[in-house]
Amino acid sequence: MAYTEEELKKELETKEYEYGFYTDIESDTFPNGLNEEIVIAISKKKEEPEWMTLWRLESFKYWKEMVEPEWANVRYKKPDFQAISYYSAPSSQPKYDSLDEVDPELLDTFKKLGISLDEQKKLAGVAVDIVMDSVSVATTFKKTLAEKGIIFCSISEAIREHPELVKKYIGSVVPQKDNFYAALNSAVFSDGSFCYIPKGVRCPMELSTYFRINQAGTGQFERTLVIADEGSYVSYLEGCTAPSRDENQLHAAVVELIALDGAEIKYSTVQNWYPGGKDGVGGVFNFVTKRGLCEKNAKISWTQVETGSAVTWKYPSCILKGDNSIGEFYSIAVTNNYQQADTGTKMIHLGKNTRSTIISKGISAGKSQNSYRGLVQVNSRAENARNFSQCDSLLMGNECGAHTFPYIEVKNKTAQIEHEATTSKIGEDQIFYCNQRGIPTEKAIALIVNGFSKEVLNKLPMEFAVEAQKLLEISLEGSVG
Amino acid sequence: MMFENNIDIEHPVHDVRVDAMKNFEMKGFPSKKEEAWKYTSLNSLQKVDFSIFPKEVNALEYKDVKKYFIHEIDTYKIVFIDGIYSSYLSETTHDGVDICLMSSALTKPMYKPVIDVYFNKVASKDESLTTLNTAFSREGAYIYIPKNKMPKKPVEILHFATGNESTLMLQPRNLIIVEENAELQVIERHQSLTSNEVLTNSVTEIFAAKNAIVDYYKVQNNVGSASLIDNTYIDQKDKSVVKVHTFSFGGKLTRNNLNFYQNGEYIDSTMKGVTILGEKQHVDHHTLVHHIEPNCESHQDYKGIYGENSTGVFNGKIIVEKLAQKTNAFQQNNNILISDKATINTKPQLEIFADDVKCSHGCTIGQLDEEALFYLQSRGIPKKEARALLMYAFANNVLQSVRIPELKTRINKLIANKLGVNLGFDL
Repeated sequence: MAYTEEELKKELETKEYEYGFYTDIESDTFPNGLNEEIVIAISKKKEEPEWMTLWRLESFKYWKEMVEPEWANVRYKKPDFQAISYYSAPSSQPKYDSLDEVDPELLDTFKKLGISLDEQKKLAGVAVDIVMDSVSVATTFKKTLAEKGIIFCSISEAIREHPELVKKYIGSVVPQKDNFYAALNSAVFSDGSFCYIPKGVRCPMELSTYFRINQAGTGQFERTLVIADEGSYVSYLEGCTAPSRDENQLHAAVVELIALDGAEIKYSTVQNWYPGGKDGVGGVFNFVTKRGLCEKNAKISWTQVETGSAVTWKYPSCILKGDNSIGEFYSIAVTNNYQQADTGTKMIHLGKNTRSTIISKGISAGKSQNSYRGLVQVNSRAENARNFSQCDSLLMGNECGAHTFPYIEVKNKTAQIEHEATTSKIGEDQIFYCNQRGIPTEKAIALIVNGFSKEVLNKLPMEFAVEAQKLLEISLEGSVG
Repeated sequence: MMFENNIDIEHPVHDVRVDAMKNFEMKGFPSKKEEAWKYTSLNSLQKVDFSIFPKEVNALEYKDVKKYFIHEIDTYKIVFIDGIYSSYLSETTHDGVDICLMSSALTKPMYKPVIDVYFNKVASKDESLTTLNTAFSREGAYIYIPKNKMPKKPVEILHFATGNESTLMLQPRNLIIVEENAELQVIERHQSLTSNEVLTNSVTEIFAAKNAIVDYYKVQNNVGSASLIDNTYIDQKDKSVVKVHTFSFGGKLTRNNLNFYQNGEYIDSTMKGVTILGEKQHVDHHTLVHHIEPNCESHQDYKGIYGENSTGVFNGKIIVEKLAQKTNAFQQNNNILISDKATINTKPQLEIFADDVKCSHGCTIGQLDEEALFYLQSRGIPKKEARALLMYAFANNVLQSVRIPELKTRINKLIANKLGVNLGFDL
């Protein structure tokens, strides 16, 4: 198969959304609109204690006073927040003990996505807490985890079963009034995942959750809270696919990570929501707030592969509060057709000897716009802080754009900051070099693109690396030639 | 309007001024809420009640201000004292080239064709401080170099503030036109002679025609009570080469808005800067290179050394339009913090819409290499000198492209002086 850059470009442009199917499950959906009653109703529906209801109402109060941020380098028609239904759950409500009880149609959906639960149970050793629309319907491997003292459940369950943990940590990293979408999420979050790793425990398996947006016109407001207690380790995977929809769907998730002394959290995301049609119609709006807090000697590592969504607004960040803590950010963002992505990270160095690494790779094709926006901040007491940032952009075609907006603020003289960014297309000399050594052009392109994103792909856990490469559509290694 | 009696309604550019005034009235001074002013606050300046039009004419003796000139060489000089032209200190010419005054260029009919084509054409009609200058500026340098000409010597533009007025706001306006194959070297300096507050809001428009070469040197080593907002707009045509060097060693608040617009092919735009600050000084370098047409290059190299309570800002923006294929744009910003209370904020920015380009930016913040320091000390160089030597070496790179040797020597001395040591060799 001949594979040239032209073809790759064409393929990227013509690539239709592969996972665009819609499962017809009877849903229990709230009327459109948002007011205090809806917030209370959501809370009631989830059988939440009073403090949680009050917390939601407080968030709602903040949200009403806030305005939508406009600083991001994206253009889109603002969603009408009163035209969205804020709660939707599959109606077959009872909790399942085994997979057999799960709605077969739902299981079928997962099979299409390539996540066969029973198979995973046997083979992969991955505990999957599936979030279909907003309610967690199946949880596996709970027992294995329970033996280790690990709590891995839906956030609503955690609110009921472990209120002391939730109460202590929710909103501690992303406060309710942090930003417009975080406030909205805090008020109306329907479900999400909760994970607690006790002291000194190394989680024996990769934890993962598949988020899906299914019901038309339903905003998805996920809330994830991961707490790694002293000296523990957890690797958390999050993968997303959504069915094709012509109207824009809003997704405003909040993810909070807390790594206590000596703990390590690795959080990986593959995001492949519906990016909109080739003409720029439809697609998911992805406005996510992700942030982690590192105590002493802790480490948080974000890895993301962003290929979907019409508009992405996402900045997984690390607050390096404790001395010797480490923050990492590895990202590949691919935009195509009319997609717009404004993504990056914030590394806030507060503690001494804190280190952070940022590797960001952007690939733009079609008429898309891809922006990197990052902040590295070294506060005056953060002695010997160290940061290395690298943002590379690859452009395919002359109708797309690549932008970088790195902010660097340093208030300490012992800091060492390095930042570099490059933008280029696949160089003729690079291809020539390969040709000269007997590698045909098509393979050379595969090699170069693969090499371009390899640094980030390597950081993904095995289970995800494969899927990520598939989703990238530039997973040229072995598939071309 | 309090200014009306000072404004000449019959003035040829009156309409331009009225529009500019309207824009400024609408926008006002920029606040920190605006992205471009995120790291620089003008609040402290706005509190001061500046007098815009000086009441009396002040004079200076050459011997008192000689040190501010590059007196080792012969130059054309355009000197202003409190914003008013000093013919006594100046040396202008009309011999083949025009090196004279903005006020005469704006009023004399013989310059009208040129003014109509160039005045306020590249300067922003939208940026509030630039429009403030457009509205109120009355004086500045006017330089016109016709085709294939090169003035015999460099041009020095000096602005002195005597401080006889308690507080002073100056609005100089320069217009520089360098025609095809012509060449020009300019050294610009703003100097306050007292400790009274001075705010200078300067606008310079430079037009470089085909194959023109312009070297522009900005020396900013003012006293701690003087602030400078410098807006420079450069319009370049095919194959022109424009280099702007900015040496920032002093002043209370310095803001450099340097804007390059490449309206042609095979253009080379270079921006270099050395910033060495102490005390509570604040310098903000804001650069913009707009690559509009193909096959052009831009180079930026800014070095900064920040001590005591100083703050440095670097915000470099490169825009590459769809048409501007084969663009090479490079940006480099290196900083050293030598004090715990110093701050550096940098934001190098790339906005790229063309695919066949090579663009990169690099930014570092760090300290002096301990090993290099040890090496020098082990060879008997005292620590202080060794540090100065390393810092000097760090900044020196930028000086290599200075094409006036006497100016280079002067800058070298200023750097050594700023670093507070005698380097022990003649610079």
